[in-house]
Amino acid sequence: MSARANILSRIRTRQGKAVTVRAAEREGVAQYLAEHPQGPRPQTGDDALARFRERALGLATTIDELRSPEELPAAVARYLRGLGLAPVAVCWPEFAALDWQGQGVSMDSRAARGDDLIGITGAFCAIAETGTLMMCSGPDTPPAASLLPETHIAVLRRERIVVGMEDAWALLRGEHGVLPRAVNFISGPSRTADIEQTVTLGAHGPYRVHILLV
Amino acid sequence: MHFKARAGAKLADVRLQTALKKLQGNFVKGRADRIAELDNFPDIRDAAAAIRDRALENLDVWLDTFERNATARGTVVHWAETHEDVNRIVREIAARHGVRKVIKSKSMVTEECGLNDALESAGLEVVETDLGEYILQLAKEPPSHIVAPVVHKTRDEVSDLFAEKHNAPRLTDIPALCREAREKLRPHFLTAEMGVSGANFLIAETGSTLIVTNEGNGRMVTTLPKVHVAITGIEKVVPTLEDVSTLLRLLPRHGTGQSITNYISVTTGPKREGDSDGPEHFHVILVDAGRTQLIGGEMQQMLRCIRCGACMNHCPVYQSVGGHAYGWVYPGPMGSILTPTYIGLENARDLPNAATLCGQCEVACPVKIPLPELLRKLRERQFEQGLKPWHEVAALRLWGWLAQRPALYGLATRIKVRALKAMANPQGMIRSLPFGGGWTDRRDFPAPEGKTFRELYGKSKA
Repeated sequence: MSARANILSRIRTRQGKAVTVRAAEREGVAQYLAEHPQGPRPQTGDDALARFRERALGLATTIDELRSPEELPAAVARYLRGLGLAPVAVCWPEFAALDWQGQGVSMDSRAARGDDLIGITGAFCAIAETGTLMMCSGPDTPPAASLLPETHIAVLRRERIVVGMEDAWALLRGEHGVLPRAVNFISGPSRTADIEQTVTLGAHGPYRVHILLV
Repeated sequence: MHFKARAGAKLADVRLQTALKKLQGNFVKGRADRIAELDNFPDIRDAAAAIRDRALENLDVWLDTFERNATARGTVVHWAETHEDVNRIVREIAARHGVRKVIKSKSMVTEECGLNDALESAGLEVVETDLGEYILQLAKEPPSHIVAPVVHKTRDEVSDLFAEKHNAPRLTDIPALCREAREKLRPHFLTAEMGVSGANFLIAETGSTLIVTNEGNGRMVTTLPKVHVAITGIEKVVPTLEDVSTLLRLLPRHGTGQSITNYISVTTGPKREGDSDGPEHFHVILVDAGRTQLIGGEMQQMLRCIRCGACMNHCPVYQSVGGHAYGWVYPGPMGSILTPTYIGLENARDLPNAATLCGQCEVACPVKIPLPELLRKLRERQFEQGLKPWHEVAALRLWGWLAQRPALYGLATRIKVRALKAMANPQGMIRSLPFGGGWTDRRDFPAPEGKTFRELYGKSKA
């Protein structure tokens, strides 16, 4: 017998069930999957944007609110200048055509490498309850850009802020059907508290997460 | 496994005691603060326990569903009955893909397996990338906590260790130490051919694995190498994305006192057409290694465990002795139940007794595991299997015989309290008790007043 058969039959035997799975058991599972009911949700207030802002700032994310997407290059340049960071970045293809040069930013639209310092991405949506960005992998949305650089700048459209994680899954089911290879929920800069329980930002991922709300 | 002997040494370890104090602030207070954010916490907790029970009640069908959906997305699913099976499967995958270097994100299941040793003896280089686990790999020590593996070490010890092993100037500032580790590990992330991770949950609906991390190393391990192997227990399956959303309201709050961890990564199969990153090969190993022993019957509730560590953070015994005293991978109350069931009650004699049964662990558990009750059941089993020490059994027999004879019992206790009173010093304390060294070796025993409760009660009624 294979390990698989041994393990599954051990489970059934110990639970006092017949070795073959009954049709009713499969139907029960299929029905639960079809319904995928939500659990109890906590109160998060009426204003999703305000909640998102408050929560994200609490996670050491920074936010800049823009009026239009045309302001993106200037906002990026301003942010980098403010921190004294060199204006050399990689971005997702959707931002490649903006006028970066006009703002003195040297931009490359390609997959991030281990030594890139600044990565600019979009976001699939964001979750107000926890101040979290939701990222879906794909040819035009490579995850490495939000992971390898020391600074991650994410462009988030205000209408893509949903209340809870359940709403984010619903949006994904509606727009993509199946899950992409990787869904990453990002809640602020990477951190560790392994040494003496002292929270330190910038463990292996970004030291800074900056959101540009458009 | 001798908890009692180890615990004594740990209590006397001043450095360890300093290190353990930190745990109570961030993890215990942090949990309480983050739970207060949820207006309906009791409902969420009930729902979480019900989700875990639903998965366990039909575990075989949920695992089959997970396997089918994972396979449909190109994942290769393996089943391992023992720890040795896990090690063999990983070695085979490594050999098939010509792997030389393996990077790991934190996984307690691989600690169970002794995977690092098994891979190193096959000539592979293994690098732990969680900061805590990396420190332990350098120090050649096992983790002492399932969430904060290096909680037993002070910053000074880390400074000494890095200076020695990295052959670099000794840094003392914690952010500088973290950067030093980041810079040492980054090249490994970029050059390893295989990434090994655990999985906090398996999602049956989508065939996905989910990992919860703060450092970002989990994302690296699942994104950069060409082969990814996720290794986890069969009990980790959860039906739907909605179910996992409920559990994720509790896991970070109970684990680290965070509303949410920095990263939650849900990975489904290998790299897709057109993707610039992600592994070319994605393997999941579903591990039994003792878990099915807990299925069906009273101990099944233990498999609800989501490995947050709240039970140990809140345990007065763990808080006093730390994780190494427990002798195997899982410490604290959950470990005192898992270790005897995974490796045999006869190999972990002291563990079911390494608790005061104060009930804090059950109160702190996000999935309502009745840990004290399960510990009591294990004590019962120890007795049934004749694993209790002879003098304990004999003493209880004698007491039982006496307690069934009220007149004799009254006489014996009357003599005993008077004898104890006579042994007391002028302050009313006994310095040393024959056969009671456990009470009096480190403190004095307050002497009774000279009358039994029954005598006093009889007098007050008259």
